[in-house]
Amino acid sequence: MLDAIDLAAIRGERVVFAGLSFSLTAGEALLLTGANGAGKSTLLRLLAGLVPPAEGSLLWHGSDALADGPAHAARLRYLAHADALKPGLTLEENLTFWARLWGGDTESALEAVGLQGLGHLPARMLSAGQKRRAALARLALAPVPLWLLDEPSVGLDAASISLFGRLLAAHRAAGGMVVAATHVELPLADAATLRLGDMA
Amino acid sequence: MIALLRREWLLAARHPGDTLAAMLFFLLVTALFPFGVGPAPETLARLAPGALLASALLAALLPLDRLFAAEAEDGSLDQLLLSGLAPMQLALVKALAHWLTTGAPLLLASPVAAAMLNLPVEAWGVTVLVLALATLFLSLLGTAGAALTLGARRGGVLLPLLVLPLAIPAMIFGAAAIEAAASGVSWRPFVLLLGALTAAALPLAPLAAGAALRID
Repeated sequence: MLDAIDLAAIRGERVVFAGLSFSLTAGEALLLTGANGAGKSTLLRLLAGLVPPAEGSLLWHGSDALADGPAHAARLRYLAHADALKPGLTLEENLTFWARLWGGDTESALEAVGLQGLGHLPARMLSAGQKRRAALARLALAPVPLWLLDEPSVGLDAASISLFGRLLAAHRAAGGMVVAATHVELPLADAATLRLGDMA
Repeated sequence: MIALLRREWLLAARHPGDTLAAMLFFLLVTALFPFGVGPAPETLARLAPGALLASALLAALLPLDRLFAAEAEDGSLDQLLLSGLAPMQLALVKALAHWLTTGAPLLLASPVAAAMLNLPVEAWGVTVLVLALATLFLSLLGTAGAALTLGARRGGVLLPLLVLPLAIPAMIFGAAAIEAAASGVSWRPFVLLLGALTAAALPLAPLAAGAALRID
């Protein structure tokens, strides 16, 4: 379904990675590991279509995925380091905006990450872990085939990680794919691992 | 797009300080002129059209550098670029939201500013019309400027240097229209020219801003 062929990325004057190929089919998960600066986040941004690849191509069902930006964006969710919450808006207002764009129900998304009952709080009042869970709640809004997760478990407590594991399992059971960059164990059963930085 | 406009509106309502600051800035700058050139009514009336427009454009420039920078800092910009909206639509909504929360409130303050500068009352209506068009023009140009300077060091300083020279045509036609109205001659051609400028910027500036956002 998603095929990366000979991807390369350049940042500044430096080749971050090159000749990177992998493919994912429905229900599969890929873990990106590697030292800091090995290009995990760059690869995720590239897969999201936020930066163009210096070389190589990304195929979706066999045709160029990045040719139509908005269409590619519509089939993925990207969870970055930043939680993308507006501090002045309440948790519910933050999520409702995305629910209007993507569909889905704010209440049940909050419940999926254990934030039910906190919807009326301004996002600036939340702890770091709660903000992370609010960012994860965006994943639970409406189903899309591909999740790109950049260190999704940072700041989460054990209970939230198991909730997150349930979200991941449900997503994969429905045929969704996951690409996650991480330094720690994630609740992802039988995921393939791609170690970045070995080619350098 | 409606959802994004609603969000911008909600954000502005939650932080009314930005809107209020632009209004007060506008009033304060126009209030400075009588101190500088003396309170003689004729001198002030002669200065009024240019002073009103220049102050309004400067005031509308104030919140522009945060237009995309705030979104980029908290990670919202990446999410917005992946929201399914084309970058151009995103820029257009941002420009309209900037006008609604900065340009439009200046119109409310314009009678007060016009009174302080002794602009004849007959010209107040035209002043509101001219300021509406000129600030919309600046919102559009400024959005392109904000997108271009995003990520640049000291982008906040670069932005006015980039945008204000491009706003000179709006300044010329806008001031000419107010002056014409004040002296009782036809102001229509000037307003129409200003309208044409704004109409041209309406598709072009978001296009440029969208392209700049994609590169960042």
